[in-house]
Amino acid sequence: MAFFLETLLGGLMAGMLYSLVALGFVLIYKASGVFNFAQGAMVLFAALAMARFAEWLPQITGLSHPVLVNLIAFVLAGGVMFIVAWLIERLVLRRLVNQEGTTLLMATLGIAYFLEGLGQSIFGNDIYKIDIGMPKDPVMAFENVFPGGLLINQEDLIAALIAALLVALLSVFFQKTGTGRALRAVADDHQAAQSIGIPLNRIWVIVWCVAGVVALVAGMIWGSKLGVQFSLATVALRALPVVILGGLTSVPGAIIGGLIIGVGEKLSEVFLGPYVGGGIEIWFAYVLALLFLLVRPQGLFGEKIIDRV
Amino acid sequence: MFYRENGQFKTSYQADQQIFPIAQDRVFVVLLLLVAFAGVPFFASDYMFRAILIPFVIMAMAALGVNILVGYCGQISLGSGAFMAVGAYGAYNFFARVPDMPLLPALLLGGLCATAFGILFGLPSLRVRGLYLAVATLAAQFFADWMFLRVKWFTLDTPSGSVSVSNLQIFGFPLDSDVSKYLFCLSLLVVIALLAKNLVRGAIGREWMAIRDMDVAAAVIGIRPMYAKLSAFAVSSFIIGVAGALWAFIYLGSWEPGAFSVDQSFRLLFMVIIGGLGSIMGGFLGAAFIIVLPIFLNQFLPMLAGLAGVEISTTVVSHTELMIFGALIVWFLIVEPHGLAKLWAIGKQKMRVWPFPY
Repeated sequence: MAFFLETLLGGLMAGMLYSLVALGFVLIYKASGVFNFAQGAMVLFAALAMARFAEWLPQITGLSHPVLVNLIAFVLAGGVMFIVAWLIERLVLRRLVNQEGTTLLMATLGIAYFLEGLGQSIFGNDIYKIDIGMPKDPVMAFENVFPGGLLINQEDLIAALIAALLVALLSVFFQKTGTGRALRAVADDHQAAQSIGIPLNRIWVIVWCVAGVVALVAGMIWGSKLGVQFSLATVALRALPVVILGGLTSVPGAIIGGLIIGVGEKLSEVFLGPYVGGGIEIWFAYVLALLFLLVRPQGLFGEKIIDRV
Repeated sequence: MFYRENGQFKTSYQADQQIFPIAQDRVFVVLLLLVAFAGVPFFASDYMFRAILIPFVIMAMAALGVNILVGYCGQISLGSGAFMAVGAYGAYNFFARVPDMPLLPALLLGGLCATAFGILFGLPSLRVRGLYLAVATLAAQFFADWMFLRVKWFTLDTPSGSVSVSNLQIFGFPLDSDVSKYLFCLSLLVVIALLAKNLVRGAIGREWMAIRDMDVAAAVIGIRPMYAKLSAFAVSSFIIGVAGALWAFIYLGSWEPGAFSVDQSFRLLFMVIIGGLGSIMGGFLGAAFIIVLPIFLNQFLPMLAGLAGVEISTTVVSHTELMIFGALIVWFLIVEPHGLAKLWAIGKQKMRVWPFPY
């Protein structure tokens, strides 16, 4: 029982991390109808920027306080992501208005290649560390409930907490601020939003920025877990089933989808994996998402797809 | 001036129904085939064959298959790499396990394996579509990646997981020189392209296009969506499977599951979108573009840097290559979202009405 719960908890925490990446997809898809394949590249780019800024800052300015250095590096990387978002809107999206979904998808793939190349030529292509001072040691919990207690990875716990905090912030931003309301209006109907005077272009920049910051947080957490390296870009592929499971247009869907996928992956790997040779995590997530789709083609929380001729 | 159909009168129904109704098109195709079969083998160097021509021919075939599914039937698929892998490993298993298996039937049987796999993973298309389907087809990709890595039966229990073929021959002729490999792939490509061209202009092709344009409307006028979608998956994955088998047997020789990763799927999708969705010609143009561009950049960048007097390392070259590749794709999509085939069509139309374009 304790082992099962441990696996379950591990899955939930991994799921939170997936949701973090998935959130980026959902934000952009909601506001601009673009399925952003570059999200993974953005995570890599942001993490690279942050890791290198944190490394360069002490060398240049002589700062040595780790919290301060990380904070400044985070802000600088956020600034870089803002520039990236602005350039993407300016140079790509604005020129591809009214194109089909596939064309936009391909364009974001192009952006992904570009960002991967750019990030590695500016910031280098080694493995870098992001050290935001997360405790690495696992702790025991509920020792009096279960024999032996539950082994919980503190790092995962903190990461999950950060993710939850970010989600809460985003929902406040979307529900309570004027900009958030404008974003939701654009997501509902581009033309109607434009006709009441919401500037589409600015909204797109904002949304890509927010997605950039989400990517930065995701990159920071994943980067401090795994090290910042090229493989970080493939995290996006792990998050895709989460997005379609939860529904492309739903923020809560991304969270709950992430939790389902995280738990499903871990449980399948532990309890099913040994029978078929292991390593089934990746495709199991997709098959799980596929099974959900067969019942609900729009995902769990997606808007209902209505067919009209 | 030279390209117009004035004065070419059709006197029989057959003449009106032929593949290339305009005489200039027929001449052009015959000339092209002549050059490809008889001209190129004399001029091309070994490097040309190995780096450009053979990959181009095989990838054009795969792009043709992807185009049938994505361009004609409108079902976005990111699992093309998996279909290639199934074709390659299917053909390999038939080739290695069955004694005295000739090459051609092995390749076709590999294609049939891919067909079965394609129909299986095409089933979700009956329920989901669009971007959801695109992501769903990634399931096929990751499942195939895992299957050929972990299930040792498919790789004949080789410890490294890498398999190889040797001693290829077709009707008694050994396929050992680059020219013979090129000619073999080219002949298969011509046959399959002819087949595909005829399929898409026949009844089934029209059903696919109707499904692509509006599947509910198509169902209303009596097209069975299940039959149309699954047949598109079947035909497309057969062609992709044969291409995958050729890629493995002829181009790679020995390969690992990594050869058919998700990158390959993306590359194939790039080919059909840059080439032009819903056009046989587009597959060829797109394949040429995607194959030649990286090679060109690879050669051109160090030269350019040399001119500027800067010494650049190979990692910088590869990163710059990635950037230029991405930027060019975006640029292409902005300038001509309908692909190279559209440019080709515009060019032809301009020629038709020249010199009075109104």
